[in-house]
Amino acid sequence: MTARVGVVLFPGTNCEHDVLAAVDRLGGDARLVWHGDAHLGDVDAVVLPGGFAHGDYLRPGAIARFSPVMGAVEAFARDGGPVVGICNGFQVLTEAHLLPGALQKNRGLTFLCQTVELEVVTDRSALTRGVAPGTRLRIPINHFEGNYTCDPATLAELVDGDRVVLRYTDNPNGSVGDIAGVSNEAGNVVGLMPHPERASDPLLGSDDGLVLLRALLASAGARLPAATSAAP
Amino acid sequence: MTADASLHRALGLTDDEAAAIERLLGRAPNHLELALYAVMWSEHCSYKSSRLHLRRLPTEGPAVLVGPGENAGVVDAGGGVAVALRIESHNHPSAIEPYQGAATGVGGILRDIFTMGARPIALMDPLRFGSLDDDRSRWIAGGVVAGIAGYGNAVGVPTVGGEVVFDDTYTGNPLVNVLCAGLLPKDRLVLGRATGVGNLAVLLGSSTGRDGIGGVSVLASAGFTDDAAAEEAKRPNVQVGDPFEEKRLIEACLQLLDEGLVVGIQDLGGAGLACATSETASRGGVGMDVDVTAVHRREPGMEAWEVMTSESQERMLAIVTPEHLDRVLEVCARWEVRASTVGRVTDGGQLRILDGWDGEVLADVPAATLHEDAPLYDRPRRRPADFEQRAGDDPARLAPPEDPGKDLAALLIDPAWVYRQYDHQLFLNTVEAPGGDAALLRLAAPGVPSDRGPGEPPRAMALSSDGNGYWCALDPRAGTALVVAESALNVACVGARPVAVVNCLNFGNPEHPEVMWQLSEAIDGMSEACRALGLPVVGGNVSLYNESRGHDIDPTPVVATLGLVDELHRRPPGVRLAAGDRVLLVQPPGTRPSLGGSQWAVRVRGHRNGRLAPLDLAAHRRLLELLPGLVAGGTLSGVHDVSGGGLGAALAEMAVGGGVGARVTGPADHVELFGEAPTRVLLSVPPAAVAAVREAVAGAGLDVVELGEAGGDRLVVGELVDEAVADLDAAGRDVLPGALGA
Repeated sequence: MTARVGVVLFPGTNCEHDVLAAVDRLGGDARLVWHGDAHLGDVDAVVLPGGFAHGDYLRPGAIARFSPVMGAVEAFARDGGPVVGICNGFQVLTEAHLLPGALQKNRGLTFLCQTVELEVVTDRSALTRGVAPGTRLRIPINHFEGNYTCDPATLAELVDGDRVVLRYTDNPNGSVGDIAGVSNEAGNVVGLMPHPERASDPLLGSDDGLVLLRALLASAGARLPAATSAAP
Repeated sequence: MTADASLHRALGLTDDEAAAIERLLGRAPNHLELALYAVMWSEHCSYKSSRLHLRRLPTEGPAVLVGPGENAGVVDAGGGVAVALRIESHNHPSAIEPYQGAATGVGGILRDIFTMGARPIALMDPLRFGSLDDDRSRWIAGGVVAGIAGYGNAVGVPTVGGEVVFDDTYTGNPLVNVLCAGLLPKDRLVLGRATGVGNLAVLLGSSTGRDGIGGVSVLASAGFTDDAAAEEAKRPNVQVGDPFEEKRLIEACLQLLDEGLVVGIQDLGGAGLACATSETASRGGVGMDVDVTAVHRREPGMEAWEVMTSESQERMLAIVTPEHLDRVLEVCARWEVRASTVGRVTDGGQLRILDGWDGEVLADVPAATLHEDAPLYDRPRRRPADFEQRAGDDPARLAPPEDPGKDLAALLIDPAWVYRQYDHQLFLNTVEAPGGDAALLRLAAPGVPSDRGPGEPPRAMALSSDGNGYWCALDPRAGTALVVAESALNVACVGARPVAVVNCLNFGNPEHPEVMWQLSEAIDGMSEACRALGLPVVGGNVSLYNESRGHDIDPTPVVATLGLVDELHRRPPGVRLAAGDRVLLVQPPGTRPSLGGSQWAVRVRGHRNGRLAPLDLAAHRRLLELLPGLVAGGTLSGVHDVSGGGLGAALAEMAVGGGVGARVTGPADHVELFGEAPTRVLLSVPPAAVAAVREAVAGAGLDVVELGEAGGDRLVVGELVDEAVADLDAAGRDVLPGALGA
């Protein structure tokens, strides 16, 4: 059975079609979920894609966290379902307190759209399941508010709990501990600033992002009945 | 009901124009009617000084679906899809309020594109500012880039390229041009016209306020003066943009078009509702009643003329049949887009502004007169008295540089600081990113069916925008032809076949005969080049009154070329050298570059005189036909056109791009190193492929000059240059961050 991925669409989201295309390319079944709906439908994983939900007005993610769909996302996450927030989606997850910390303006105070090198730190997250720690990936970033910050105690918890998922090898935005992505304690909720869907085709310069999206589909697949029971 | 002279003059109309309006109406216009004519007959809306000359441009070709005159040109891209293309200027607003001026320029060009039924998929911004030594110019440059980034990124359309140029001629009057390309299924093409008596005009989007009133007449159709307080007072004429509103408007409008709910649709840009209502009615050969009280407003107490001429951003006018109205309102509600029925299509051709459907008639004019009867001026033209003298003052006579390597480093500017601030990747189409010769994008967009399945090579389009004020100042006719040639060549360098152009004609005050001469000459140069290269002009924009403190800008026609690739099998090689490759220069036999109008003469030596190198359009066309095949063949490791900065700059840019040096001979002196000439490309070719490349080039009647070999970490050009590639890289990379921060 194909893993079904719900891609949440807020007004102002703009990377939803790119995520759909990248998931489709890997044989997943991605579908859009409207922010005004209070339920996700039958999905095995949820992606909050990049963009500018509600125009990023007030603060990125600050309004989106109150959308009706977020209650369903929270319940899905609590139930252990894989939830990945990419860029703006990461910001929404921190505002919704599904992930710790916050994203502030980049150190250089400009928007940055460029390809960066990442190192996979752990394989215990829904996004890096089965990916060897130490793996280097070239994936674009595209943000103004991507400078991850948290208090020292939280940082220690993240590091000690193996919850730092991805690090920049050459920190572009001032993120504490070079953090590009983190997870919740259980590892099923992941937020990252880089856009794996933008590195999904050699024609675009890199398909390293497929490594992460494939891992997400595997995590989603692990919840499918067909995968949890032994094959006959 | 009489219009006194002070009123029509304050609105920007001449006495003759006011008299013409009175003749057309057979009576004196009232204030509101005068305001309608003032905005619609402004230079910005009516092209009254340039229309006569624009007629000489070639506008037709087999692939042209829609030419100039509509909101955007549309070109058949094959496979059932078409590309909508448009370029605009937002020069004057950006001079006064850089962030909002640039941001609303982006917003406006996007509406022009989705008005045609196309999903906007790429933006480009050719930018020109005063010198980096000038505080205000740096402030303008920083604000403009931030405004483009702030709006373009948030609205969700990638900005895939452009230009950034700094020169004293643009001090006080920057050029902020913005280009947008959109993709549509050929059968979804819609035109901005109202038809069907009884149909409704529904205003979508932002509420209407007092912002931007008179933008087209007060701001865009007059130059800047010495009076700082007067210029500051124009700030309220600049509109304020809201990219989130625009994003929802795009999605709502594309859904309306997809569901076939609109008969016609028109954006509200310059001249606001006055333009949108009269233009849709005039094009459709109908009239329209507009209830000015039905317009949703953001402030109380607005006069009817303010509502009709407001340039509040993020608004569209959709013409819908009454039975579709409910569904239209439903789609708008889903996207949180406000919608008000403000007009009804009528027969008879009159545009009537009403104070409530059954209220007083506030204005009653034939809609078509606002467009078709706009004045047409054949303004006096005069060649500048010093034209010959300037041409004869050849910079080749200047003392040769003591250290050409140092001059070379001084010519390099890496634009990465600018384009890093733009999302240039959204929609997963960007194959060749900004910084190359041209942007190359897969032809795909959400909601646009493709004739290529997974695994099949996609269709692609290339875009390049180009201008060169140095060339055009010396000789607007030859200079403009060179600009067209360069733009087409850029597109060919990424493997595309150039198919059409749009232009943005940035000139000074048309009431100066020398400026009108420049404009007329530039149009002739563009016509000659476009005809010879088979490039129809599918749209354009004329920006006049680019003057500041009594100085007209150098004539700066900007050309953007659309190229197509039918099957994209691999990424183009890009601007780079590969170690071990041979470095080949392709050019027409007998090429002799000139320092006249060159980057070296102007930027290093401050010498703005001389003659341009000749352009052989037949040879150029052969090069354009040759290159896409060579690039697609996959044997080249690098390709770059030789343009500004000459051979020296082209070699340096390829060395930096590949992170590899080269040891070459060829240029005998600084004239050959920095001189500029058209129809030249540099190729980085693996030794095994050299013979085949030579044969192909010879077959096109062009010469190959083998300059040397790529390798090592230094660029060595005969006895002239010996520089570390890392130093050249740093020299170019540090210019903009050093001057503009971060």
